[in-house]
Amino acid sequence: MADFVTEFTRSLPSIADGVRVTVQATVFSAAVALVVAFFFGFLARSPRLLVRGSTRITVEFFRGTSLYVQLFWLFFALPVLGFRLEPMACAVVAFGLNFGAYGSEVVRGALNAVPRAQWEAAVALGMSPWQRMRRVILPQAWVQMIPPFGNLLIQMLKATPLLSLITIADLTFEMDQLRSLTGNTAQAYLAILVIYYALAAALNSLMKAVESAAKSRMGQGTGGA
Amino acid sequence: MWSWETAREGLPVVLSGFRTTLYATVLGSAVAISLGLVLAVIQRTSPRWITLPLRWTADFIRSTPVMIQLFAAWVLVPGLNALTLGIVVLGVHYATYTSEVYRAGIDAVPKGQWEAAVALSLPRRRVWRAVVLPQAVRNVIPALGNYVISMFKETPFLSVIAVQEMVHRANEFGSVHFAYLEAFTLAALVFLLASYPTSVLMRRLENRLAR
Repeated sequence: MADFVTEFTRSLPSIADGVRVTVQATVFSAAVALVVAFFFGFLARSPRLLVRGSTRITVEFFRGTSLYVQLFWLFFALPVLGFRLEPMACAVVAFGLNFGAYGSEVVRGALNAVPRAQWEAAVALGMSPWQRMRRVILPQAWVQMIPPFGNLLIQMLKATPLLSLITIADLTFEMDQLRSLTGNTAQAYLAILVIYYALAAALNSLMKAVESAAKSRMGQGTGGA
Repeated sequence: MWSWETAREGLPVVLSGFRTTLYATVLGSAVAISLGLVLAVIQRTSPRWITLPLRWTADFIRSTPVMIQLFAAWVLVPGLNALTLGIVVLGVHYATYTSEVYRAGIDAVPKGQWEAAVALSLPRRRVWRAVVLPQAVRNVIPALGNYVISMFKETPFLSVIAVQEMVHRANEFGSVHFAYLEAFTLAALVFLLASYPTSVLMRRLENRLAR
């Protein structure tokens, strides 16, 4: 145990690097997923059957084919077709599309949950579609989206050890180095689980803060404007 | 480039892995669905010194990656075969989710039902078995179904402890025949063909139960 602690302390810089890579991948993927979620979430409400149908198919495709396979497909199969992406790009694209597809359901549901009367009132006030969305609908829908988005974010964080399987030097990779260096398998795995737990707790409190900010902003927004 | 020849050769290999994937999903779900119920009932009926550590443990398991848990169990519990170990780890991981689902279901049973059971002076076991659980479980079936579908899509994690499930077989076939494109495309299609109808079915069930 003492041995492991010394080695752990000596390896701290590389473990910190691993944490940085893991956090970076999570943040980038989350950003892509957010954009994808809004894009497909809005398209899924389109009045045109063709748009709605093709959105449905795309979303079901990314939700239905397993993140694991999507990541491996991008990393192993795409180069056969002549496109080679950096490992980190593979991860961000796979995570972004997969979790974005799940997120689009959240966006769609939250937009549908804004009471009909709010849409009608905004129309009655003569707001343009853009104004209506930005000032009336989205602030209300956004508050509802945050908790499920938070859950997806934690799930995404929990899927990041996959990165080590496509040669990215993330937290899992660095911990594995330490494990083979010291031979203290149990301690190494316990340590990485604790680090992941701390990261999840940090994300959780971040999302709580985002939620209360969104709530208070909505209170001011509807009163002032 | 895509070769139909290779795809035809790879299909039986991928499908043989799919059997293991299904097996792991079914047994893993059985663990998750039964253990989750036990955890939820313990949470409602036991003293704090049991429920508190239990809740911490469940919280820890829920917020850490299943892949690392698989690795950890793999080296810490020697002598178990990889598939059994994987099924237990996946099952326990998902039980921490399903127990929350059951908890919500139990909370949603109207208070009057508990009071009526007390008024009839039913023994505690009967209250749970005959009054509360049938109502709670009926409402949570769709949510449980959704977790089964997510578990199905997470079984590829078992390949990290060398379980020969679908993605493991696809990966092997891909590397031996230099046919990653065919192998992983087939694996993706099989996932899609199996999970999409199930999720449509779940949605229908949800709508029917909501009515």
